[in-house]
Order: sequence, then structure tokens, then C-alpha cells
Amino acid sequence: MPENPPPTIEQFYKFIGEKKLMAVKCRRCNSLILPPKNVCPKCFSTDLEWIKLKERGKLVTYTVIHVPPIQFQSIAPYAVGIIELEDGPHLLGMIREVKPDKIKVGMDLVVDFDTNLPSQWPLWPRYFFKPS
Amino acid sequence: MYGREIFAEAVKEAFDRCPNLDPKRDIEALIVGHMGESYEHQGHTGPTLTDWAGLLPKPATRVESACASSGAALRCGIFAVLSGLHDMVMVGGVEKMTHRATSDVTEFLAMASDFPFEQWHGMTFPGLYALIATAHMYKYGTTEEQMAMVAVKNHRHGALNPKAHMQREVTLEQAMLSRVIAWPLKLFDCSLITDGASCLVLAKPEMARKFTDTPVHIIGSGQASDAIGLYEREEFTTLKAAKLAAQEAYRMAKIESRNVDVAEVHDCFTIAEIVAYEDLGFCKPGEGGSLLEKGVTTIEGELPVNTSGGLKSKGHPVGATGTAQAYEIYLQLTDQAERRQVKGAEIGLTHNVGGSGATATVHIYRRE
Repeated sequence: MPENPPPTIEQFYKFIGEKKLMAVKCRRCNSLILPPKNVCPKCFSTDLEWIKLKERGKLVTYTVIHVPPIQFQSIAPYAVGIIELEDGPHLLGMIREVKPDKIKVGMDLVVDFDTNLPSQWPLWPRYFFKPS
Repeated sequence: MYGREIFAEAVKEAFDRCPNLDPKRDIEALIVGHMGESYEHQGHTGPTLTDWAGLLPKPATRVESACASSGAALRCGIFAVLSGLHDMVMVGGVEKMTHRATSDVTEFLAMASDFPFEQWHGMTFPGLYALIATAHMYKYGTTEEQMAMVAVKNHRHGALNPKAHMQREVTLEQAMLSRVIAWPLKLFDCSLITDGASCLVLAKPEMARKFTDTPVHIIGSGQASDAIGLYEREEFTTLKAAKLAAQEAYRMAKIESRNVDVAEVHDCFTIAEIVAYEDLGFCKPGEGGSLLEKGVTTIEGELPVNTSGGLKSKGHPVGATGTAQAYEIYLQLTDQAERRQVKGAEIGLTHNVGGSGATATVHIYRRE
């Protein structure tokens, strides 16, 4: 791994493939940027670094998808939600390892990783959420 | 029919409504909203539509802003006229969708969301609005029944609209018992997959009288953007871009929300209409559901919303929706809405949203 990996979406998913949840931090204004952006949207700096996030958060909202796109048909119905990570940013992902009727807004979730997918566009490894 | 043929029908109706118009002489440019190349394997829609409308070699440009494509095209048409570059332009939109399988349409529509961070995680458009619905239910106590009331109201309105896709009423029970698409949204919470086209002729105010006895004045226009990904937003119970667009449009029109007599809002899903009431200032945040319970937004109510039937019953040919909303307001403000006419409506508003709220346009209209 290079010393300073580029602050790109591709790099974010390479980290996911290594089971690491990373965000970009602006060295000038200290903004925490997730999804990663290669120019700081707050101060336009390109002096950015990757930092590792705590893989924990609270569920902010969710849905259970019954009518999915073709590539997800074999796993429907499945739950997808938005969590607020302990470090602040929001992230959207599937909620697994819990029955849909047991899902509650505000519940604690942890981030886990599904690395069985090839790491090449557009097939990234996936992060997902599950009860802690 | 191909999309371009449906568009030609809309253009023909516009020409018929302006008998003094010589289209080849008077219309100087076309700006058209169209979302997806995938439906008909057809890009470069600007000149395609212009050809079928009989308006070659007039300059034509396609505007793509997802489901707000023709709301954005309308705004671009306003730019064109206000800049002084053109005296008269045509704005409009088209989408041909019903020949494709629902799973294909689901995938094409999802392209208006964030691919790497939403679509890649199994998200769909009903799913995104379901996330808004869940958040609204938890924060404000909004109920699935209140959402179903949007469907009942808009289908009742749409049953009176000869151009509506689904001209029939539905009961609250039917809506509540329909199958789940993306919990808490059910089939009757979702707008329709529809074929359609719409267009408007925009002219400098001092010219309009030459072509029609019933011009409608556009007195306010607003547009704003938000993050493509819903998850990036600060709040999930409101669309910030819609609020900002509304503020801009109200300021330009020098009116307040209470002055609006009739509105067409972007009810792509029933929860979206509830959120629209709040974002447009028709009620306080969290009170959208109670407006439905009180019947405020029915044709007979204090502030009729979606007299056309809305996206829910009139249908949602995505690229055509923004100018189709403007067409309904044109009918209302010229007393041509027949059985749906809101008596004495002076000021109308349209609210057109792209994606899960990354684009919003609001326009305000006044009777001559």
C-alpha cells in the first residue's frame, strides 16, 4: 500500500476489501468527509488524509425492500438503513443478521464486511450493518 | 408509440391552443426534459423531438435532472427569454416507460441515486422514499394511513382528469392492503410507470397577448441542489433543496405560501406529498399528515393540491412531469380545468423534485 493512498471512492472500497472503514479528513479545516471526496467540499483543500473510523453507529432510518433490482432478487426481502456512525458521518447499507420485525430506529449496529466480491469496478466488496 | 410521437401530440395541442402562432416563425428554440436513454435506447433527444414536432432547424437542448428534468427545462426556458436571447421558446419533456419490465424501470430510475453508495447496497427509489417515510413516522408520528390518504385523494382527482393514466378512485382499504414494495411503502404509495409528454410555449410578457387571450404569468422560479446520496443529508424528514427553491420562488413572486390557491406537488410517493406541504410552508414541519385528515388539500378544500391526480394517478412519465404540472396550473388559472376547476384560483405553484431531493424546482404562476 502506498504511503498516501488517493482520497477516492475506489480507494474507500479497497479499504473495505481489507475490512477497514475509512474516511477522508481535511488537514486544513479538519472536516471528516464520507463519502470520500478528493477536494474538501468545505474549504477546497486537497491536503487530505485517510483515517480509520469506529465501526459502530445508531440506526437513523430503514426500509425493507420487497421489490428489488434484478441483481438483488435472490435475497429479497432485505433491509437497508442509514446509520449515524459514532464518529459523525452517515452511511447507507444493508442490515443483516436480524429479522426485519426486530429492527428499530435508534438501535446500535456495527459495521461488518463482505469481502467475497472481486475488488474491481463496479463490483466492490460491501460493508453492511448488523446488531452489536 | 415512441416517446417522440407522444411529444409531437403534446406539441400539436399547444399549437392548437394558440391559433395566431406560426410555430416555424415564432418558436425560436426548444428545451426539453428527458431522463433516461435506456428506455428507448435513444439519447440526443433534443433534436429528435424537434424533428417530430416539425420545428427543425430550431436549436434544441435536452435537460436531464432526473424526475425534475422538465421543471429544470422550464427554468432554462425562463433564462432564455429573460436574457433577451429569445422572444419565444418551447419547453417540455417526455418519457416512454411502460414497454419495459418493472425490474428494468426500477433499475433505470435508481440511476438517479448514488451508484457506489446507494444502488450498490441494494437501494431502490421506493426504498429511498421509504427511508424518508420511516424517519417521518418516527419523528412526527405520521401514519401509513395518512400516506394512504394521499393516494385516495389524488386518485379521486385523477378520476376527473381525462388525461390521467389511472382514471379511477381507490379506497383507503385498497391502498392500505396493497402489497409492500419497500416497507413502509406499499403499491398504492407509489406513483405510476407512465408514458407521457408535455410542453409549454414561453414568451416575453408583452408578446403573449398577440398569441392567446389567456396567458398565464410565471412570477417566480426557484431551484436548488442537495447531495446525490440521501444518506449524506443532515435531515431525512425534509428536502432542503425544495425548501430553498420555494424560498427563492416566493421571494421573486413577492408572495407567501398562504397566497397560493392551487398547487401541483411532486407526489412520486405518498410521503413525498406530505413532506412537500411542509417544505412549501403549507403547514409546519410534522403537520403534513393532519392536512390530509382535515381535507385541506382536496379540490373542495382550502388549498387544493394535485388536482390533476398528481404523479400518483395522472402518472409519472419522469421527464414530462415538471411541465405537465405547469400545464395543469395553466388550465386552472385559465378556467379550463372542467370538473377539476378550483373556483377563483389566482395564484398557482408547481413543485418538481429530482431523485431523492438532489434537485428541486418550484415555480409560481399568476392569472392574467
